[in-house]
Amino acid sequence: MSGFLAEYGGEIATLTVEHLWLTGAAILFATAISVPIGVWLTRRPGWAKPVIGVANVVQTIPSLAMFGFLLPLPWLGERAARVAIVALTAYALLPILRNTYAGIQGIDRSLIEVARALGLTDAQRFFKVELPLAASFILAGLRTATVTCVGIATIAAAVGAGGLGELIFRGVASVDNRLVLAGAIPAALLALTCDGALGLLERWFRVPGPVSSPSAAR
Amino acid sequence: MNAAIEFRDVCFATAEGRLLLDTISLAVEEGTTTAVLGRSGSGKTTLLRTVNRMVAPTGGEVLVDGRSVRNADLIRLRRSVGYVIQETGLFPHMTAERDVGLVLEAQGRPRAERVRRSHELLAAVGLDPKQFARRYPYQLSGGQRQRVGLARALAAEPSVLLMDEPFGALDPLTRAEMQDMLRGLLASLEKTVLLVTHDLDEALYLGDRIVLLSEGKLVANLEPQEFLRSREPQIEAYVRAFHRGKQSAASGPVEEKRA
Repeated sequence: MSGFLAEYGGEIATLTVEHLWLTGAAILFATAISVPIGVWLTRRPGWAKPVIGVANVVQTIPSLAMFGFLLPLPWLGERAARVAIVALTAYALLPILRNTYAGIQGIDRSLIEVARALGLTDAQRFFKVELPLAASFILAGLRTATVTCVGIATIAAAVGAGGLGELIFRGVASVDNRLVLAGAIPAALLALTCDGALGLLERWFRVPGPVSSPSAAR
Repeated sequence: MNAAIEFRDVCFATAEGRLLLDTISLAVEEGTTTAVLGRSGSGKTTLLRTVNRMVAPTGGEVLVDGRSVRNADLIRLRRSVGYVIQETGLFPHMTAERDVGLVLEAQGRPRAERVRRSHELLAAVGLDPKQFARRYPYQLSGGQRQRVGLARALAAEPSVLLMDEPFGALDPLTRAEMQDMLRGLLASLEKTVLLVTHDLDEALYLGDRIVLLSEGKLVANLEPQEFLRSREPQIEAYVRAFHRGKQSAASGPVEEKRA
């Protein structure tokens, strides 16, 4: 066991960092895309169904197929990491988009009315009222997206994008269970850590009150 | 005396064509309190909301301090008119201190000033800032929440205060306390108040004038004493409906009631 760690420890660490970077970049992009769109949808609710529907369809594409689709595209296909980040971003869109939309839509209408009646500008109403009230909800979406992406990122190794999936694929090819576990265990731990850390963040942003679940808080 | 709020032939029809306000003309004198009574759906709240242009009248003119609100800058207008609503008006993610200072925050005033002002106002509405400034709405009782709501409405020193059934959701004892507090506060503040209420006693206690709306029309605009003495059928009906309990308890023999 110690011999195995001595041999592969460095590689596991490098691949973990790579895994984290693929996921992190994708979550960043997905947030930058989904949060503004989600907010925009609350202003144009008529668009919510079709737009969220599209994100939903994207979510149903099998990940291996998604990587396969993207690989032959110009520019993207040049670097496997680009393919992986774009694919992971696509998967992260739905949970963040849906929660941003639902989080803001779910705010008690009378509070929005009060914000208007007090003479808050549209921007002030958004940043001082809507965003803080929806924050824990949006973060819950971010958390779901992150955990999903950590899992899917293992498949990115199939197109040579690196990450912990590389150990898993190599282990499967060489029928070496130790290698499979060397990829799978850190990936699982990574998912759990992200889940825990974002859970804390979500709690931090939760609207103060006696109720503990974000959905019941309104 | 000048009219701080003036309604001139104000009409409001919904998109479906239902007339909620029917040519209402009314002048509210500076520094007085006018209580607006009427059934649910009589247009009380709609009338109130035309003042800060939360509702835009489909006809007529609303003037605040002699200026029409039609072309007023909405943000400026709303910040200059205090607004208190029933129950749910406090933001659940804000402490009392921040909520009260929110309009000042929106105006970009420095934090120290906001805190000082909001502590001052919390004290004015009977909440010790040391004890209550850092509390969230869920840590306050219904009456305390309404006090915070009132303090918030006063923060930007508005000359006009709109109150939409501010005590409607409170139990009778708390409600009476709040009415006393408000009466004391108004006596010293010289605000022009438009108070929407269901409660005739509240209207009589707080109002310098009483306005009765029925189906969007103004039925009466009288002083409290005149209102009680009025022989106008709609007013009589309203007064009678309100005092039924008192009369039946006073006139009916006790034994009979028990049986």
